[in-house]
Amino acid sequence: MHLDHASPHDGPGAVGADALRPDGVRRALRIGLGGPVGSGKTATVAALCRALRDEASLAVVTNDIYTREDAEFLLRAAVLPPERIAAVETGACPHTAIRDDISANLEAVEDLEDEVGPLDLILVESGGDNLTATFSRGLVDAQIFVIDVAGGDDIPRKGGPGVTTADLLVVNKTDLAPYVGSDLTRMAADARAQRGRLPVVLQSLREEDGIRDVADWVRSRLAAWTA
Amino acid sequence: MSRAALLVLADGRFPAGGHAHSGGAEAAVGAGRVTGAASLEDFCRGRLHTAGLVSASLAAAAALGTDPVELDAAADARTPSPALRTAARRLGRQLTRAARAAWPSAELDALRRAFPKGAHQPVVLGVTARAAGLGPADAAYCAVYESVSGPATATVRLLGLDPFEATGVLARLAPEMDEVAGAAVCAAERAAGEGTDVLPADSAPLLEISAQAHAGWHMRLFAT
Amino acid sequence: MNTAGVRAGARVVARADGRGGTCLPVLEGDGPLALRRTRGSGTGARVLLVGAMSGPLGGDRLTMRAEVGTGARLGVGSAAATLALPGRHTDDARYDVRLTVAPGGELHWLPEQLISVRGSSLLATTHADLARGARLVLREEQVLGRSGEPPGRLITRLTVRIAGRPVLDQQLTCGPGTRGGWDGPAVLGGHRAVGQLVVVRPEFDDEPVTARALGEGAAVLPLPGPAALVTAVAPDALRLRRLLDGAAHLLAPAPG
Repeated sequence: MHLDHASPHDGPGAVGADALRPDGVRRALRIGLGGPVGSGKTATVAALCRALRDEASLAVVTNDIYTREDAEFLLRAAVLPPERIAAVETGACPHTAIRDDISANLEAVEDLEDEVGPLDLILVESGGDNLTATFSRGLVDAQIFVIDVAGGDDIPRKGGPGVTTADLLVVNKTDLAPYVGSDLTRMAADARAQRGRLPVVLQSLREEDGIRDVADWVRSRLAAWTA
Repeated sequence: MSRAALLVLADGRFPAGGHAHSGGAEAAVGAGRVTGAASLEDFCRGRLHTAGLVSASLAAAAALGTDPVELDAAADARTPSPALRTAARRLGRQLTRAARAAWPSAELDALRRAFPKGAHQPVVLGVTARAAGLGPADAAYCAVYESVSGPATATVRLLGLDPFEATGVLARLAPEMDEVAGAAVCAAERAAGEGTDVLPADSAPLLEISAQAHAGWHMRLFAT
Repeated sequence: MNTAGVRAGARVVARADGRGGTCLPVLEGDGPLALRRTRGSGTGARVLLVGAMSGPLGGDRLTMRAEVGTGARLGVGSAAATLALPGRHTDDARYDVRLTVAPGGELHWLPEQLISVRGSSLLATTHADLARGARLVLREEQVLGRSGEPPGRLITRLTVRIAGRPVLDQQLTCGPGTRGGWDGPAVLGGHRAVGQLVVVRPEFDDEPVTARALGEGAAVLPLPGPAALVTAVAPDALRLRRLLDGAAHLLAPAPG
């Protein structure tokens, strides 16, 4: 058994974000996916799992408003074996569980690494919440904010912490733009104006390999993490 | 001893996982037993004198330095519902994490080594109080307040209950909280000499029965 | 005024008789506690607790002991419900049950209900100490008041230990003037009968009991050890017994 004080993971300040596990091994990269209800977070997580599962050891943590709904969607879609999907209960406050009190999510990611690890990547999906919900840096290393064209093409212009500060902004369901009267060019321009140099991806998961840009972004993050 | 440390530990925003638990209120609301401020008060009063007293006694005993392993076994025996045992250990693990960041201590480190998946939350609470330089009464007060504030907050979310009414319920229960905290400290002091068997074991049959039913609900907002 | 009520005790000791059966080298009782041996089934002995007086009254102190030795099998029942009654003495009544079971021993402790009568005040404790490898089926039922009557004050404490480790320790406090909230939505919610069935079987170590809710009024709860508790509440004694009997089947050994 290791001595607590000998491990960087056990330092008083390093309860969640430390890069090494108690055994000295590098922990998995943790990427959060947040965004409003119905914007396609779970579909993006499922597509990422399919794209990356053959090249990296993956797991997913879901934060549902109602227990296990998103986890059960992923289980039914069979994107990962069930032991690689964990659900965290959020007590009607999904943003609390990813930002203000991350203890349950930290336990879920640690348990996944203990039980199915070693893992390269853990995707932490937030429960559908509002535009202000962002992940704590104590929980994830990078975060993706997913909005969709049907939610209104003024969302990028309005900004908010998710749209403005997420490491990657995904504008989802671009195939629906003609039907809901959303102006994709304007959305992209507004997003770039809000985000400075932070990247934006417009995607439609209905297209062949529609997840490619987001998957490539995750790959580059993984490469940087393990470098 | 720092009085302000008690406020840090008792703060509802202390990041130790409590926000995901309703203390049985979600099940009671679902069964139609809690429908408004009056029945919430009755619910909280019953919980205070049963689960609240037991938790507060365990926390006070741990704060006095009673062996956490023995207290954890006592907590197990006083928690017949496996759903509630699992929740208590999960919350204990979450509190251990937050407490070690807030008040690093050799006792908290040892507790984590002995219970990597978590000791019962009230036991961790007592050890945390020690680490924070607080005493058994402080630990008892934290446990007592948590036993009623959790259900009250959850009921605001579940029923759309007026938050001022919910706060009024807690304020009206304050004198009884004082009594229960006092009784818990007395019991903890007795247990220091006579062993953990003398700690209170008050049970609430409906809390235990409905916790098991609630664990099987497919759609729920709270973990317990 | 004489504040001391009746002090009485009863004791039964069951031992394997060496021929595959069970003998009772001790079977004694006095005052309101009398024990009668009845016809047992199979290899076990059966004893009935016969209320020679109505009791326990205020100020009474009754103690009942049952001791089951290695390989012995004992069933204990009672002829009628026990009534906790108000007495001329102001003190609480006390009724203590102490049960011990040795390895390979088996005890079925199945008394009739305890009825808390208006104006009474009783503290009833049951402690079961089991060795590893011992078996127990224990049922306790508390009925709060006779029909249409408010209950007295009743405190019951049930403790079960296996090999010294506590697996169940719970107290029920109810009745007017006891504790706030006892009849509220967290504790009894207006139910007038509450019961516990504890089953200890070494086989549960390998095949743990599955936790389950049995409707809104009962649940099967695996305890931290080779033991399970059925806890139940019901509007009256009859419906409580039905709930507990139904649950008992779920915990019985599989046939064959």
